[in-house]
Amino acid sequence: MKILVCISQVPDTTSKITFTDNNTAFNTAGIQFIINPYDEIALSKAVELAEGGQGNVTVIHVGEAASDATIRKALAIGAYEAVRVDAVPRDAWFVANQIANYAKEQSFDLILTGRESIDYNGVQVGSYIAELLGIPSIAIAKKIEINGTEATIDREIEGGKEVLSVSLPIVIGAAEGVAEPKIPNMRGIMGARSKPLQVISPIDVPVLSTIKQYESPAPRGAVKLIEPDNVAQLVELLHSEAKVI
Amino acid sequence: MSILVYIENIEGAFKKSAFEAISYAKAIGELTQQEVQALSIGQVDETELNKVGKYGVGKVIRVNTDKLSQFQNQAYAAVIADVARQVGATSIILSNSFSGKGLAPRVAAKLEAALIDGALELPTISGSSWEFRKSVFSSKAIATVETSAATKVITLNPNTFEAKEADTPISVEDFQPSVQDKDFSIIIKDIVRATDKVALPEASIVVSAGRGMKGPENWGMIEELAEILGAATACSKPVSDAGWRPHAEHVGQTGLAVSPNLYIAIGISGAIQHLAGVSSSKTIVVINKDPEAPFFKVADYGIVGDAFDVVPRLIEALKLKKG
Ligand SMILES: Cc1cc2nc3c(=O)[nH]c(=O)nc-3n(C[C@H](O)[C@H](O)[C@H](O)COP(=O)(O)OP(=O)(O)OC[C@H]3O[C@@H](n4cnc5c(N)ncnc54)[C@H](O)[C@@H]3O)c2cc1C
Repeated sequence: MKILVCISQVPDTTSKITFTDNNTAFNTAGIQFIINPYDEIALSKAVELAEGGQGNVTVIHVGEAASDATIRKALAIGAYEAVRVDAVPRDAWFVANQIANYAKEQSFDLILTGRESIDYNGVQVGSYIAELLGIPSIAIAKKIEINGTEATIDREIEGGKEVLSVSLPIVIGAAEGVAEPKIPNMRGIMGARSKPLQVISPIDVPVLSTIKQYESPAPRGAVKLIEPDNVAQLVELLHSEAKVI
Repeated sequence: MSILVYIENIEGAFKKSAFEAISYAKAIGELTQQEVQALSIGQVDETELNKVGKYGVGKVIRVNTDKLSQFQNQAYAAVIADVARQVGATSIILSNSFSGKGLAPRVAAKLEAALIDGALELPTISGSSWEFRKSVFSSKAIATVETSAATKVITLNPNTFEAKEADTPISVEDFQPSVQDKDFSIIIKDIVRATDKVALPEASIVVSAGRGMKGPENWGMIEELAEILGAATACSKPVSDAGWRPHAEHVGQTGLAVSPNLYIAIGISGAIQHLAGVSSSKTIVVINKDPEAPFFKVADYGIVGDAFDVVPRLIEALKLKKG
């Protein structure tokens, strides 16, 4: 089984998010980038499958050379080889087209993404890739089991789950519960340095939308403190002031 | 040019987010003087379809074939795109629900449309240029996204646009879509849904609890508080990691992002990753025994006190209020 895992890099979760150039660009100064946490879950699942004898894992990333450290980390976690499409990952449509363009020649059995990236939170790349390749997809999966050429997947729905079964190939967006994130060990880190990392050129994709401006959420007023023995006052405020109950 | 709004049902009943999407579509229709049509896929009876009219959209396109009675991502996307082409819709609106998230990119790709995901409000329109605001960086920031694309697929975040009643008589038109067998490749083996509980992504009130609750055995009062308020329950990440609560309840940067009208945080410290997913809630109440807990900095109302003491009192006070 050939598995492709799509990796994006995002600001570390403790990052304070600020903007530059008149609030038109994300300020990357001092930001530590990490593998998107959901992609890490997807990758960990793929490596788990490979270690269980079910195939080998390629990671693909759309980004510039500055992301090579993130790619090496993915290799250290256990991917066999990596591909980087050398381009600024402009938006989900652009990224998905690059990945689909690479994948269409390779006949992957399983393509995994994270359910969403924690920077632009689009939940788009996986479904776009599947549509471009004409194969099924599950945007948000809580559990993935592979048995030969059959996948059994728990899809997240409001207040529960659907248990689905489907023949490979498929694109799946991994959420929590799919796998425990793997931490690279020393052997993995050493080995990652010599694993193949192929750099390929991007294809042209039309621009359909652009981000014009960023803003920080409006600050809240000071907190109103209520005495613990006066909860009735809280109920009253929620009713008559906040008007939420 | 017209507007098509896809309205999702669960076992024949439209969701609250579907009515929000209808109202949103109607408002865009008024802004741009376009006709709005609603699309329902699957088995929905007349009484339920009439509700579409209650929110001001009179034209309903119904697709109800046996094969489409259950959600199928590829097939539903094909139907939505097909109907959009047939009626000449250039704005296609969906709820940003779990199913909507999987449909929207496929529909957008089929129609070569721009995709605006998770719109927070109505667009600002000048000529052919539409600007939308959406949350980014797990609600640590808001971005303004501009598109001049001829066709747009827009997903609306639940709980951000209020469903407004505006009684309109409805007319239902049946539509025979063209779908292919390969669009039905997924087999649904089972659906597990807690129907007696309010679904977290759509809830207008969320009662959320953290490690301060000490253990899963203490969640009885959290559930009771939620029940009285008609709220959904949620939790912090360490709570679901420890298996005290299911993963689906985990909110925050690496969990579900929610923006209810009221978010009550009990025994949650307010770490940056937790706040990322909940700080766009309209009103935030924090109950924590530590006055220095960072959560108080983003709260509207706070009680510094022991949850085991405050929560039961709060339940009593709410019961009294309800009478
Ligand atoms: C990559 C990454 C991603 C993460 N993503 C998320 C995420 O999505 N969501 C998330 O929630 N966390 C996330 N975290 C974890 C986050 O950093 C915090 O560790 C977590 O939110 C803390 O959970 P907590 O507030 O329940 O527990 P704690 O931090 O242990 O806080 C417990 C709180 O309860 C209070 N308390 C204790 N006893 C009582 C009592 N009797 N009555 C009242 N109050 C009491 C304490 O004062 C304290 O403030 C992430 C972390 C990382 C590194």
